Amino acid sequence: MGMTMTQKILASHAGLESVTAGQLIEADLDLVLGNDITSPVAIKEMDKMKLDSVFDKDKIALVPDHFVPNKDIKSAEHCKCVREFALKNNITNYFEVGEMGIEHALLPEKGLTVAGDVIIGADSHTCTYGALGAFSTGVGSTDMAAGMATGKAWFKVPSAIKFNITGKFNEYVTGKDLILHIIGMIGVDGALYRSMEFVGDGIKNLSMDDRFTIANMAIEAGAKNGIFPVDDLTISYLKEHSKREYKVFSADPDAVYDEEYTIDLGTLKPTVAFPHLPENTKTIDEIKEKIMIDQVVIGSCTNGRIDDLRIAAKLLKGRHIKKGMRLIVLPATQEIYLTAIEEGLVRTFIEAGGVVSTPTCGPCLGGYMGVLAAGEKCVSTTNRNFVGRMGDVTSEIYLASPAVAAESAVKGYIAAPGY
Amino acid sequence: MQAKGKVFKYGDNVDTDVIIPARYLNSSDPKELATHCMEDIDKDFVGKVHEGDIIVATKNFGCGSSREHAPIAIKACGVSCVIAETFARIFFRNSINIGLPIMECPEAAKAISNGDEVSIDFDSGTITDITTGQAFKGQPFPEFMQKIINADGLMNYIKNK
Repeated sequence: MGMTMTQKILASHAGLESVTAGQLIEADLDLVLGNDITSPVAIKEMDKMKLDSVFDKDKIALVPDHFVPNKDIKSAEHCKCVREFALKNNITNYFEVGEMGIEHALLPEKGLTVAGDVIIGADSHTCTYGALGAFSTGVGSTDMAAGMATGKAWFKVPSAIKFNITGKFNEYVTGKDLILHIIGMIGVDGALYRSMEFVGDGIKNLSMDDRFTIANMAIEAGAKNGIFPVDDLTISYLKEHSKREYKVFSADPDAVYDEEYTIDLGTLKPTVAFPHLPENTKTIDEIKEKIMIDQVVIGSCTNGRIDDLRIAAKLLKGRHIKKGMRLIVLPATQEIYLTAIEEGLVRTFIEAGGVVSTPTCGPCLGGYMGVLAAGEKCVSTTNRNFVGRMGDVTSEIYLASPAVAAESAVKGYIAAPGY
Repeated sequence: MQAKGKVFKYGDNVDTDVIIPARYLNSSDPKELATHCMEDIDKDFVGKVHEGDIIVATKNFGCGSSREHAPIAIKACGVSCVIAETFARIFFRNSINIGLPIMECPEAAKAISNGDEVSIDFDSGTITDITTGQAFKGQPFPEFMQKIINADGLMNYIKNK
């Protein structure tokens, strides 16, 4: 029986000729990732077991990004714990605040994630690297600890859902609209325990940043991973960013999928996920009432990349956000921040009435840098709109693309350019 | 291994943000996390839960963030088991890895009501609703996962190997 792309990568890392869905395997890891929330728990686990060394100091990435620059004393203690561990173990890829970024934007940019890799990260959005043709999945802190100690992790081989992508987006429709559309279609557990494999001749019309956004939100459909085929665009991205050797895997022609969907990008419209689940989607023309908002957030591991900032700035150029509105823009890495300054995007955001922060996950999970008060409504380019995710339990989050977010900031209500 | 307690019943898609809100993730102390467990979905939970009590929910329990703080908080509250129709996959792994017993059983998850007295026999996978007299057969863990659980979590398992 043929294997899916994910299964082939897993088989190769388990030293097996082939694997089938449901099989339990132990796979070698190319990278183990943790942040300032999850790593301290993993480090404590290692201490408890008296495991005082890591399997490979070059294959661990520690990225304090959630509550940095340190938001309070307890967060500072967590970051200190990660910093001391990184120093003690001589971890090559520890990123201090001045060189950091949101982990899932930073690691591909630094060339640490390449096609064919098996990567685990103690952060649910670790699935992002599927955009590069890698198997990557989120785990908890104990799995991270075991991964750091042994360089291995156990997996149950997933079955897959195939998404055949055709056509091309209309203007201002992006990868975020596609993934929200898919989650709306299959539900927040529609891909539970399974892979989401994206294929088809429409893939070539998706930018790398679109692919990162799409793979990033595979977890919001419950998926174990989301994965894209490796094409010329992927290879040029890998060559530009990484010195590491990559390996191209592709699904067998007779691979078996649980379900198959075909989506024509040209039929998609700007899509918004209403509170309090990412599956509560409506296209912009289905929103009949004016939903007044208080805050707009543009950033995160989902939509804080340069394409995202460019499209938002294009819409905000020469305009001003509605009086009383708060617009918070967070470039996802220091490199993206610098590019945004050089291209004049930061000037555009500030002149439009926004504020631009250093990279942090802060507002996405209600940590800091944009927490919502009771009853407030926010349009956000982030990935979750659960109850209380960004602040008070009565606040509301509407997930959308950077284009919808920028237009909504100007109008004061949920809006998309051209509608 | 057996568990017995009063049921706290929830619906679909209970996410890890409501199990332990991120505003408390500046701590990783189980006791401190336990004082905020389920706060954003049921603010009375912490005041009412007793050692041995059981959480029952329907689909996709533990979805969202990978924070291990979620099963840690539940375990530190004294909860003896979580029963659900389905679990989100990271929560499932994390629970096994830290030794919080969980059980997938759609029939039990649908039938059991809030406040029922329930007992669980982990060896046979039998879930009994003492209040209604109904019995259900839960999904036993594959042998590999049982080994991890019997070793009292993943770290012991790899250390012993």
